Amino acid sequence: MRVVVNGESRDLPDEATVVDAVSTLGASQATRGIAVAVDGEVVPGGRWAERVLAEGESVEVVHAVQGG
Amino acid sequence: MQSKAASGEATGAWRLGEREWRSRLIVGTGGFRSLEQMERSLEASGTEIVTVALRRVDPLAQGSVTDIIDRLGLFTLPNTAGCYTARDAVRTAQLAREAFGTDWIKLEVIGDDRNLLPDAVELLAAAETLVADGFTVLPYTNDDPILARRLEETGCAAVMPLGSPIGSGAGVRNPYNVRIIVEQASVPVILDAGIGTASDATLAMELGCDGVLLASAVSRAADPELMARAMRSAVEAGHAARNAGRIPCRLNAQASSPDEGLADLD
Repeated sequence: MRVVVNGESRDLPDEATVVDAVSTLGASQATRGIAVAVDGEVVPGGRWAERVLAEGESVEVVHAVQGG
Repeated sequence: MQSKAASGEATGAWRLGEREWRSRLIVGTGGFRSLEQMERSLEASGTEIVTVALRRVDPLAQGSVTDIIDRLGLFTLPNTAGCYTARDAVRTAQLAREAFGTDWIKLEVIGDDRNLLPDAVELLAAAETLVADGFTVLPYTNDDPILARRLEETGCAAVMPLGSPIGSGAGVRNPYNVRIIVEQASVPVILDAGIGTASDATLAMELGCDGVLLASAVSRAADPELMARAMRSAVEAGHAARNAGRIPCRLNAQASSPDEGLADLD
């Protein structure tokens, strides 16, 4: 299954969840200060494991950077 | 003056978003040449609140701004920088709430990538949505008294008029509008954007602003740590001068030495 993670196309197994998408970036639920949106909708940290991804969905994983 | 004293003026404390603060200087973390320099500068500024932006996780990135903010014990104020629509800003605020566990948001909705001026229509719409969703909304706004009033009526916890465009260092270009905003506001007014040097920050406070938010003026100075110290003093000086009750401006002189008792030296 192809999904887009932070703008890059990734091949993930069927039934992959947000946890799997986040792990492609070397991050996990233990990583502090990150947040996820799937197709623009925020997925709370407690629901990453149950949010199954679908073909073509876009996952954004963000954290704090220096900014005004 | 009495109300100032009652609101904690004597101890230097002020309230923003239902919390009490001592420093009136809010510092953005953007633009520093290194994280080490950022850390030293934030410490020198005496700030208690720092802004951060939300961007994609980069697995190769070195160092963490979050770690430094935690180490210094500062409050993280996420922003919605880079958002051009109310929809994007609201989603960014929701992501920030998830990432930092805070419902505080510095709301920026800009309308132009050249001047980075706020888009008033989108800004107001985003503010309404976020206030209704329980956020403590601190909007970066034009120096427009009417828009500032609308934002306050919406339930924003402060209004943050610009002095001049972000990063321009052009100072407070319309002190009259800032004065009008201060005069009518019953929420804190924070001068946000355009500060170039210490006197700009002092002027903002002398005009009656409750605080100053700046980033580039410190982070892009030749010596950021020194400028951070200067800004700390500037904000304190301007605030003290405002409360001290300045003398009126006169066209002609008013002698401070007595006229009587002059020696006759003819």
